[in-house]
Amino acid sequence: MRFCSCLAILLLSTLTAQAGEWSGYVSGEFLGFVEDGAFPSQHRSYVSMAAEPEYIHEWNNGDDLFTFTPYALIDQHDSNRTHFDIRELSWIHAADDWELTAGVSKVYWGVMEAAHLVDVINQTDLVVNIDGEDKLGQPMVNLALIRDWGVVDLFVLPGFRERTFPSKDGRPRFAIPVDDGVLYESGAEHLHTDLAARWSHSIGAFDIGVAHFWGTSREPRFLVKPGEINPVAMSVNKVTPLYEIINQTSIDLQAIYGSWLLKLEALTRSGQGDRINSAAAGFEYTFVGVNESALDVGIIAEYLYDDRGDTIKPSKVLSGNAFTLSPFQKDLVLGARLTLNDAQSSELLASVIIDLDGGGESYNVEASRRLGDSWKLSVEARGVSGVPDNTTQASFSDDTRVRTELAWYF
Amino acid sequence: MDGDGDKSMTIFDKPRDVKGTALLSFTHKVGPDDQWLYLPALKRVKRIASDNKSGPFMGSEFAYEDISSQEVEKYTYKFLRNDTFNDMEVFVFERYPVDKKSGYTRQIVWMDKQHYKERKIEFYDRKNALLKTLLFTDYNQYLDQYWRAHDMYMENHQTGKSTKLLQSNYQYRTGLSDRDFDKNSLKRIR
Repeated sequence: MRFCSCLAILLLSTLTAQAGEWSGYVSGEFLGFVEDGAFPSQHRSYVSMAAEPEYIHEWNNGDDLFTFTPYALIDQHDSNRTHFDIRELSWIHAADDWELTAGVSKVYWGVMEAAHLVDVINQTDLVVNIDGEDKLGQPMVNLALIRDWGVVDLFVLPGFRERTFPSKDGRPRFAIPVDDGVLYESGAEHLHTDLAARWSHSIGAFDIGVAHFWGTSREPRFLVKPGEINPVAMSVNKVTPLYEIINQTSIDLQAIYGSWLLKLEALTRSGQGDRINSAAAGFEYTFVGVNESALDVGIIAEYLYDDRGDTIKPSKVLSGNAFTLSPFQKDLVLGARLTLNDAQSSELLASVIIDLDGGGESYNVEASRRLGDSWKLSVEARGVSGVPDNTTQASFSDDTRVRTELAWYF
Repeated sequence: MDGDGDKSMTIFDKPRDVKGTALLSFTHKVGPDDQWLYLPALKRVKRIASDNKSGPFMGSEFAYEDISSQEVEKYTYKFLRNDTFNDMEVFVFERYPVDKKSGYTRQIVWMDKQHYKERKIEFYDRKNALLKTLLFTDYNQYLDQYWRAHDMYMENHQTGKSTKLLQSNYQYRTGLSDRDFDKNSLKRIR
């Protein structure tokens, strides 16, 4: 016992002696809606605050790295959005031809801008932002083997994180609230150990990645429990996420040619009823220094395909079958990215997603600018139009909104 | 790289909102450079087009092509005259970028005869008008052979703006290998 406490003191003093450094941000956000919500529990405005400090400690000449990144969000109305997460608590060791990551971490796969199809290691933290770019920390052991013919990443992923969904009071949200309780296919439930492998390589103008994932699907199907059907109104009180064991094989590819970036992501997945095939392909072309100015204008076009439907068939929902929805069925994304290349890093991205089967459009404008040395202002406007009632986007018809975020970095 | 350009990694520490952002560049003597940008918030490594040579680096008066590694093959040359500059004997020559994406038609370089150090460069824009002047001062020598200017002052004559680029703490033979300049180290480096 005495030995232990001595060791602890020794460890502590070693840590303080080579103290790492803290950085991160604290932000305040105001989310305002143009109209009243479709559901009485929703509000016109939501105020929230978030913080994401990061502690980094490096030793062994940078070959060992310890990172701790907690994250906290407090939302005025949405109790599901108020949450705490450990985004990163990891140790990385780098050697000559391998690298090992152990702990809670985040991994990004993919090349597209609008949809993130093949990015499967981390669960989406959907309540932070509907764009799906925020991720929950994932427990993992990742061994990267670095060879002349590419990098092989092997993953053991012990434990699963449930996707976060807005509460009844949240906005935007699906018409039918998502149950806080979830169902698993595996008897191990959230303790199922998932496995993944990826080969990636840069060959000349090409960057390529091929991956396979076996384990609990990050994207759930939904199930209506018999007790949740109101037989009189023929309505559903809530849906329950069902997480099944899937096998998913994917490819991501990017080629660069002058000012052209050509991109492709494709996957095939089994384990959630019928096999799912999904793909996205597109390009980004950049006009550099428009009119001899510092302004760069990038034009983005992406085509999204998913062989799941995006329409809701009530008969299927009510019969107790699990159902799955993709927001992108046959959709075209058109966008423009303006980069001012000024000292304030001013940027603007405007895009529209057009459902080619007549399912309406969704609009998105994001802009950001640094204020002074350590503040950043971000403004984001989103809305949908012409959306038929029976599609996944219909729940968001009244949710034209502007989000303003001011963050202080330290 | 053997017989090719340099590999370089630029890591941003400040402004704080881009802390951890890193740029990995493989310069090639002939053909476009390879560049990858690491975005720490998404932990995403993005291959980026290296066509924006003429664009400003982080809102400064320096263009990417001004700070990327200078290879002999990137220009063709014409000797102008012998001259003196700040009491130094100098060569004055003109050089013409080979790359059509360059923002310049030509550059005039003042180089001292003693150590072949660049002292001054004038940059002429695509319309052949004087755009910028770069002055190199505070030269230090490393390993008895490499001269490095710690102070680079760029003045833009068309906008009246200027940028002072200060470089310090040069270190050589630190044991870095190719492995320190790959996409894995890009994600790890601080």
